[in-house]
Amino acid sequence: MKLSTALSGETYQFNSVKEVLAKASEEKSGDKMAGIRAASSLERMAAKLTLSELQLKDIYENPVIPYEHDEVTRIIYDDISQFIYKEISGWTVGELRNYILSHRTTSEDLKRISRGLTSEMISGVSKLMSSMDLVSASQKMRYQAHCNTTIGEPGRLAFRAQANHPIDNPNGIIASVKEGLSYGSGDAVIGINPNNESVDSVSKILHITYDLMDKWEIPTQNCVLSHVTTQMDALRKGAPVGLMFQSLAGTQKANEDFGVSEEILDEGYALMKEKSYSAGPNFYYFETGQGSEVSLSAHEGVDMQTLEARTHGYARHWNPFMVNNVSGFIGPEILFDGRQVIRADLEDLFMGKLHGLPMGIAPTYTNHTIADQNDQEIGGMLTALGGANFYMGVPGGDDVMLSYQDTSYHDDATLREMFGYRPLAEFEKWMEKMGLMENGKLTSRAGDLSVFD
Amino acid sequence: MDVENIVKEVLKELEGRLGQENKTGNPEKEKSNIEKHVEYIKEKKVSVDNPINVETIRSAQEITPARIGIGRTGTRMKTANYLDFLIDHAAAQDAVFKDVDESVLKELNLPVLNSTAKDQEEYLMNLDAGRKLDEASVEWLKQNAEKGKQVQIIVSDGLSSTGTPETVPDLMSALIQGLKLKNITIGTPVFIKRSRVWIQDEVAKLVDCDVVISLIGERPGLATSKSISAYIIYRPNEKSVEADRTVFSNIHEGGVPPAEAGAHLADTISEMLKFKSSGVKFAQRLE
Amino acid sequence: MILSTTLFGRTYQFNSVNEVMAKANEEKSGDIMAGIAAESAEERVAAKVVLANLTLEDLYNNPAIPYETDEVTRIIQDNVNEKIYQSIKNWTVEELREKILDSDTSSNDIRRISRGLTSEMVAAVAKLMSNLDLIYGARKITVTAHCNTTIGLEGTLSTRLQPNHPTDNEDGIVASILEGLAYGAGDAVIGLNPVDDTVESVVRMFKKLEEIKNKFKIPTQTSVLAHVTTQMEAIRQGAPADLIFQSIAGSEKGNTAFGISGDLIAEAKDLALRQGTAAGPNVMYFETGQGAELSSNAHHGVDQLTLEARCYGFAKKYDPFLVNTVVGFIGPEYLYDAKQVIRAGLEDHFMGKLSGISMGVDVCYTNHMKADQDDMENLGVLLTQAGVNFLITAPHADDVMLNYQSLGYHEAQSLRELTGLSPIKEFDEWLQKMEVLDNKSRLTKKAGDASLFLV
Repeated sequence: MKLSTALSGETYQFNSVKEVLAKASEEKSGDKMAGIRAASSLERMAAKLTLSELQLKDIYENPVIPYEHDEVTRIIYDDISQFIYKEISGWTVGELRNYILSHRTTSEDLKRISRGLTSEMISGVSKLMSSMDLVSASQKMRYQAHCNTTIGEPGRLAFRAQANHPIDNPNGIIASVKEGLSYGSGDAVIGINPNNESVDSVSKILHITYDLMDKWEIPTQNCVLSHVTTQMDALRKGAPVGLMFQSLAGTQKANEDFGVSEEILDEGYALMKEKSYSAGPNFYYFETGQGSEVSLSAHEGVDMQTLEARTHGYARHWNPFMVNNVSGFIGPEILFDGRQVIRADLEDLFMGKLHGLPMGIAPTYTNHTIADQNDQEIGGMLTALGGANFYMGVPGGDDVMLSYQDTSYHDDATLREMFGYRPLAEFEKWMEKMGLMENGKLTSRAGDLSVFD
Repeated sequence: MDVENIVKEVLKELEGRLGQENKTGNPEKEKSNIEKHVEYIKEKKVSVDNPINVETIRSAQEITPARIGIGRTGTRMKTANYLDFLIDHAAAQDAVFKDVDESVLKELNLPVLNSTAKDQEEYLMNLDAGRKLDEASVEWLKQNAEKGKQVQIIVSDGLSSTGTPETVPDLMSALIQGLKLKNITIGTPVFIKRSRVWIQDEVAKLVDCDVVISLIGERPGLATSKSISAYIIYRPNEKSVEADRTVFSNIHEGGVPPAEAGAHLADTISEMLKFKSSGVKFAQRLE
Repeated sequence: MILSTTLFGRTYQFNSVNEVMAKANEEKSGDIMAGIAAESAEERVAAKVVLANLTLEDLYNNPAIPYETDEVTRIIQDNVNEKIYQSIKNWTVEELREKILDSDTSSNDIRRISRGLTSEMVAAVAKLMSNLDLIYGARKITVTAHCNTTIGLEGTLSTRLQPNHPTDNEDGIVASILEGLAYGAGDAVIGLNPVDDTVESVVRMFKKLEEIKNKFKIPTQTSVLAHVTTQMEAIRQGAPADLIFQSIAGSEKGNTAFGISGDLIAEAKDLALRQGTAAGPNVMYFETGQGAELSSNAHHGVDQLTLEARCYGFAKKYDPFLVNTVVGFIGPEYLYDAKQVIRAGLEDHFMGKLSGISMGVDVCYTNHMKADQDDMENLGVLLTQAGVNFLITAPHADDVMLNYQSLGYHEAQSLRELTGLSPIKEFDEWLQKMEVLDNKSRLTKKAGDASLFLV
């Protein structure tokens, strides 16, 4: 294994695969805060060069956190197809990149090698890719999943109606859901972040959203994004849970901070199979995002992008219906500005897809970051071309509960129209029945929540 | 010309402009010195074209601060809503980068401690800097704070300069009143400048309390920059994880009203003292 | 005309339409350097609020530079269709924005409105649009033009093949041309920036390009980007030119600095139509870019976005085949970083389309700017979605003569394949015949190997 290289007359020596991965990352403030980023642009290039020559088996044999110490590493390694891994273990990371981008490599080929790749390899190859490389490779991969409806079919783009309310006012939530539905948002899920995380309060939101779906025969699923154990309690008490949500991280230590483990997630899945009204087999909705491990001081010296990949590797164990990043959600100490957020969105989309996940994206920003609506729209456009399965839908782009900005119902409709994408099949029929859509275009009634009068 | 007349004139002109096509006007006269003003009024307005039931939309707008009932042009936002969004974003960014007004802290009678963050830049970009007390503050707590009480209250500016002055006064007095009614003992409340949530662990250790509660300014949203979150943890130690903290967010006049929130937090703390836990464990034990 | 508003408990009073226009601009380092930018996010949005309420007539009556003193203003205003202008002059800028974005407004509707707009109106409405608005709006507008082939048709994305060489070495230039053709580049134009700007050299370059075009029977057009007067002299001496190129500015003073005037451009066009090699009727090629006027101290206190729009108003008069902004070429003192370059690229493209010209973009940056190749690729993707007519491409994105980075031959073809677009039909057929593209306009296995032309 070669861990050094000479560039522009200087020799760069790295001590570990972990260091090469960290220093080969594009500039991000979170890696800087963690003290692991490249010290200069040339050192970054030296790391990329070294990385491109590493063989996949070098990476396999040197996971960034040892197997014995970390549940995330164990899940990732135990899920690998040894047969497929052995076929490609002699490839360099540079060769893997060329293989992914080649015209001869089909979606099916990528789906197959995905089973032989650890998350560190996936992170590694994405560090050798430019923006358009990431978009172009992402476009090749698209994964479907089924809960009550099918997400990820070609030519379809779905949205989560994120109709939050600062104090969980039921009528306020429903009003925002209706507004979203009238723009065609909500086919991925009607997903509410509760302010009050008690089981009673979570159950109540589950009931009101389910009742709305029932009354208007809306083909979708509902979800309340509280802690997984709270949702499990609600489910045991008879609340209608369409999708089970949880935030995940890329180290065992960070997952402990989140209060999750393999055991809890297994239990959640089993409970959904037994008690959910949804058809399945994909019952989970996971959120990820670069930087959560750094902000919890649980990064173990690993760069944010590699940890994000590991989160994807962990997530795929439970065959989720939806996974999305929220990489702009934390703040400037993690991703400094719009530019870093956009890069992270493209990386997350590609890495999620190469893990075989039905990946969506939340191109977000907060008010204490140097980013604005224009940056968010760029992130949305690029990842839509890269074939993201879904986005959030927030009234006017302004989440009044979580206090950050995300894609609006309007942006959702714009993305569909510009790319010629349709809503999920059943949902499109429902919109037609409601007079909200014709031939894939919004009708003049769309955007009027009083259609539900 | 008084303000009222100006407003009337502008409104009249705006109305006229919408209704008619062939307004004739001498451009030279337009340039005359009559002072006129574009009136920006922040108000909720139904801007859906030809709605089926305008009343439904109006009442929906009343029950949520969410930006709904705003209509569209093509699939895009109308200009007024677009500008409205930009205006709120400009104001929100402003709220992040200012210091809390010192006079408010005096009124609250709070001793002012500091984290190790030297300035706003370091505070924003380095989490650790905001998670530790500087030496003088550690010393102050050792010398002056009341020890061994059941509850310690911390006020943090967090990411909003307006949360503390606007929301904390009512919130704190309701919280203290609630705790006192239950005969729960309270240590000396402190304000910690440029601090983050985890600083509460260090403070709890220094003052040896059972429960520590931080009232911290949330990062400003577009809808409000006055929101406070409460983070509560029972006896934090090295093994504590994030899921051990109980969070109660969106405390502000447009969310959970501060007085109501204070009373609720007092109830919650009383339960935590009984069950000797917080966070996810506490939420489950309650059931 | 109302030039003040109250926001955040403060009254913002502006003194002129120019001030409102400048302050309503998104942040650009050039406007800051000129001392005309908004001082805060609050002041910027206040200017946007005031601008939204101005009427098109207000803008018509207050051109950025007075009619009497500026040729560009005269050309723009004299070219406005009076009937159409009269029917829309009472619209506010807000109403114009909503009209453009409305689902019921078609490309033809916008093309018609366009004939009644001055460049100041075009700039104003761009200032009230988010990035996605600019993309969504531009995508609705189709503008085609014809020289030897037709550019701008639905479903196509064209490229200029830019085969520059640091010493004008003919073999080096030919090698870069063949490399580009092997990746499918060059349907908009094969356009060379010469180092040696003499008439003799320009004649030689024109002949070389013509020779390659004829040898391989390439259905495209050629251009040598010397000064217009040099090209004119070269044509008079018998150089075979399809297009005449010139850099233009948004003020008369700026054009004077470039050594041109409206009359000169009219004369050039006339010459190209009479003595040029192309079918026409569109035989002009212009380059523009935010900040050019400021760098020649010819900005008159007008913001760089408005001046850029005025370039398009000027260009429109001469029915160009190609116009492109060289968006990040000039440096960080005009567009500071990637965010500003991307914004400017989207603005320029939208404004060009709304002005009714066949618009392309040189998506580029220089090495003293805070931007990199990822940023250019992002902008390339966005512009392709916005329906840009053409993009500039250089070998591996690196122009070894002008020393800046643009998009590469690879990127342009990636963009076509990502979005299902093809080159101009005749060129597409030619590439398929040469076995560079397959019948779905995707690169074949042979593509990328320039030696396929040498067999």
